[in-house]
Amino acid sequence: MSYLPKPKLHHPKLPTNAIGLTRRDYEGAISTLCAGCGHDSISAAIIQACFNLSLPPHRVAKLSGIGCSSKTPTYFLGAAHGFNSVHGRMPSVLTGAYLANRDLIYLGVSGDGDSASIGFGQFAHSIRRGVNMTYIVENNGVYGLTKGQFSATSDKGSVAKKGTVNTDQPIDLAAIAVQLGASFVARSFSGDKDQLVPLIEAALLHDGAAFIDVISPCVAFNNHPGSTKSYDYVREHNDALNRLDVMLPREEITASYAPGTLTEVVQHDGSILRLRKLHEGHDATDRSSALHALMEGKSAGEIVTGLIYVEAEATPLHENLGTVPQALNALGDAELCPGVEALERINASLR
Amino acid sequence: MPQPLVATNDFVVKFANVNGSGSASANGLFAKSILRMGVPIASRNIFPSNIQGLPTWFEVRVSEAGHMGRRGGVDMMVAMNPQTWDRDVAEIEPGGYLFYDSTRPMPKSKFRDDITVIGCPLTEITNAAYSDPRQRQLFKNIVYLGALSALLDMDVEAVKGAIAAQFKGKEKLVPANFAALEMGRDWAMQNLACPIGLRLKRADAVGNRIFTDGNNAAGLGAVYGGATVCAWYPITPSTSLAEAFEKHCTRLRKDPETGAKRYAIVQAEDELASIGMVVGAAWNGARAFTATSGPGVSLMQEFLGLAYFAEIPAVLFDVQRAGPSTGMPTRTQQSDLLSAAYASHGDTKHVMLLPQDPGECFTFGADAFDLADRLQTPIFVMLDLDIGMNDWLCEPFAWDPARKMDRGKVLDAEGLDAAKTFGRYLDVDGDGIPYRTWPGTHPEKGSFFTRGTSRDRYARYTEDGAPYVDNMQRLLKKFHTAKSLVPRPVTIPAKEKARDGVIFYGSTSAAMSEALAALEAQGVHLDAMRIRAFPFHQDVADFVAAHERVFVVEQNRDAQLRTLLVNEEEIDPAKLVPVLHYDGTPITARFIQSAVADRASAANVLPFRKATP
Repeated sequence: MSYLPKPKLHHPKLPTNAIGLTRRDYEGAISTLCAGCGHDSISAAIIQACFNLSLPPHRVAKLSGIGCSSKTPTYFLGAAHGFNSVHGRMPSVLTGAYLANRDLIYLGVSGDGDSASIGFGQFAHSIRRGVNMTYIVENNGVYGLTKGQFSATSDKGSVAKKGTVNTDQPIDLAAIAVQLGASFVARSFSGDKDQLVPLIEAALLHDGAAFIDVISPCVAFNNHPGSTKSYDYVREHNDALNRLDVMLPREEITASYAPGTLTEVVQHDGSILRLRKLHEGHDATDRSSALHALMEGKSAGEIVTGLIYVEAEATPLHENLGTVPQALNALGDAELCPGVEALERINASLR
Repeated sequence: MPQPLVATNDFVVKFANVNGSGSASANGLFAKSILRMGVPIASRNIFPSNIQGLPTWFEVRVSEAGHMGRRGGVDMMVAMNPQTWDRDVAEIEPGGYLFYDSTRPMPKSKFRDDITVIGCPLTEITNAAYSDPRQRQLFKNIVYLGALSALLDMDVEAVKGAIAAQFKGKEKLVPANFAALEMGRDWAMQNLACPIGLRLKRADAVGNRIFTDGNNAAGLGAVYGGATVCAWYPITPSTSLAEAFEKHCTRLRKDPETGAKRYAIVQAEDELASIGMVVGAAWNGARAFTATSGPGVSLMQEFLGLAYFAEIPAVLFDVQRAGPSTGMPTRTQQSDLLSAAYASHGDTKHVMLLPQDPGECFTFGADAFDLADRLQTPIFVMLDLDIGMNDWLCEPFAWDPARKMDRGKVLDAEGLDAAKTFGRYLDVDGDGIPYRTWPGTHPEKGSFFTRGTSRDRYARYTEDGAPYVDNMQRLLKKFHTAKSLVPRPVTIPAKEKARDGVIFYGSTSAAMSEALAALEAQGVHLDAMRIRAFPFHQDVADFVAAHERVFVVEQNRDAQLRTLLVNEEEIDPAKLVPVLHYDGTPITARFIQSAVADRASAANVLPFRKATP
């Protein structure tokens, strides 16, 4: 039962972070997903990333749509408010929530059916608006809750569990996010925690629309030979562009690297993204280079992962709208109601 | 030929124009000039779903008695559109007047011999005076305004005052417009028999009333109601509501020092996203709304079920137009009542407010946000095109300076610390309304998971039947609580004891009050009730019970309010007689009077016969 809380007991020497919380304080209810589901690894990575960043859990708002992936916000950050909304419509709900209170951290969790099919439009528009959010798609190429239909991210030629071959072209959400102007785009694999955790950290710190496409194998319906989203297939074809270290503004930078192998990106909040390049020629701060890397990977039959694109100084939606620095939901009568005199002036102008 | 019509301060002038020709501005000046003479008017735009080149009409009803509904019939036609000439000429009442541009001669067959034809060579006059084609076109409108001012004996100072007000901030344009006005006025004085039988005379019947449209009023209501988030998608006839909100916010809602906005407006990619953003913002503690019309409400259905079930305060302004499907997008109807009242799948019911004019659009527009927060549910404010897009003369907007926003049952961090227990769907007070918390409130307490799936009183997911039923019953209790919070119906008793009653709502109000007076003069006495909200107050069932029959006057085909009355109040359908007007034009007093009188007289005759065997 998904509401069952985990036992609160833990080892007294469990490490704490800068705000005195343990990793356990970032957990949620017990998962009801299948044993071995990639999504649970992503939940664990989210927990780790939030712990590492010492985020107050209640200052995160976690939103999702409908589907296996969208169930997962129940399984992390139990102290945070969550919203399991309508199929494919998480982005609009998240956009509204962000408009109401710019001070929270918004984490949207979606799936490939939720974002690439029914919610493709909302995915696109939330990104092009620059909503300040971390948008994670738990991408397994299959409809899990309805038992195994292809999704719009299934590769052409991919074989379903019952033997059907997919003839449609796949949608590459990461490539589209780059095109739509996302200021942070990454792809990772649920089975590669070392890569995934820093990417989530960097996305959470990013001031703008941060999108992460996480390939997350479905053990029940899409983990067989012939699938291009199985654990084995992804491990064999995972082609990382870079390795990322995230350094918070207060951290001292010690390690040194040979020139040319390292890119440093200072984000708006002062955090430093240190990228160790694994691909010659890919420049993560260049949109066309990012697209090129994705296209090349596709041609070569590889799954390109890592930090694909980042724009250090993005302009999130509230900046574009020119709203006050306070959360709109914190404004009271004095700030919102223009009063009787203003109304009398309006009346006079209508006579 | 019948006698030419003679009337002072009581007639109907209709302008037939081509849209995009700049006529709207001149026609508006005509209307406002009459108001400046202290004479009430009701004006209506009848326009196509088009930007340039199609027919458009502007109807001005002059009524010193203050009748604000459409009367029906036209006493003077200003026929400026050759495309619609024949039907425009045909619409004139016998004895009425036709004003037209006589530059090009027209065959006699194009006129009628039972009306007074007034030709004025507008094109010739403007071609002689102006060389720029755009000027020729625009000033032609002002020239006919000048001619009309002479024909109708208007106070020229009132017209000039209206022009000066119109060009406030662009004073350079005033002298040229005055000149064009005088040009038309002089020509008419010298060449026509001025004034004609229809005349305007200064009166003192406007008072301090204001002249505005419902969309403007509702947008202003949202500002006063504390709305900070507006997400919308353009759709006629609601577009100008969101635009009005923005206009008012620009003036009233910026930080005076920094100019930063205390509001956020997003033009969404569609209506699904609009309502999604409203739901997200309202969930997160902002007052949020969308403005839309019937097709938009159709698209929002799934989210409305979520908002009902997850108990999210959302405000929707539905400016109704003629459906189904694209229907008549620029024509008015009251045809979304059922789709709003029961929006979404599953067992749902929604609160609706039914304003009668721009004044109530403002009031209800602000009240909707208090109601949404108090009831934690979507609130529909049901305008229609007639109220929303036409200028109405109404009481000035009023605001109680002591009024504060009612944010409803929201627990902050202190409240959570003080509370014994927090259950998001726990009915602590017995009114069906639970307590909620906003995200980010407290490090340890008050967080919960909002979902459209069933859950128990503590927001814990469950598919068990008993907690599901418990929750659905509580929602019903909450809906019952709403009855005492929404605007009460207004009863207008007949002067004499009446056996029959009439129920009406929304924009029908203006035509109804005129029809009631006319029926009374005919000896038909009806008690009247104006319904202002759904769910219905107990007064409504009592009113029906107190009468033998009740006419239900609506602007839709299927008697939608009557359906709600039958369904929600379990009223015998035979008692409720539908009176339905749904051709896309605003209902008229003449229509109501004749529809009711036919049936009422048949009923009145019966006891008379019984009394005298």
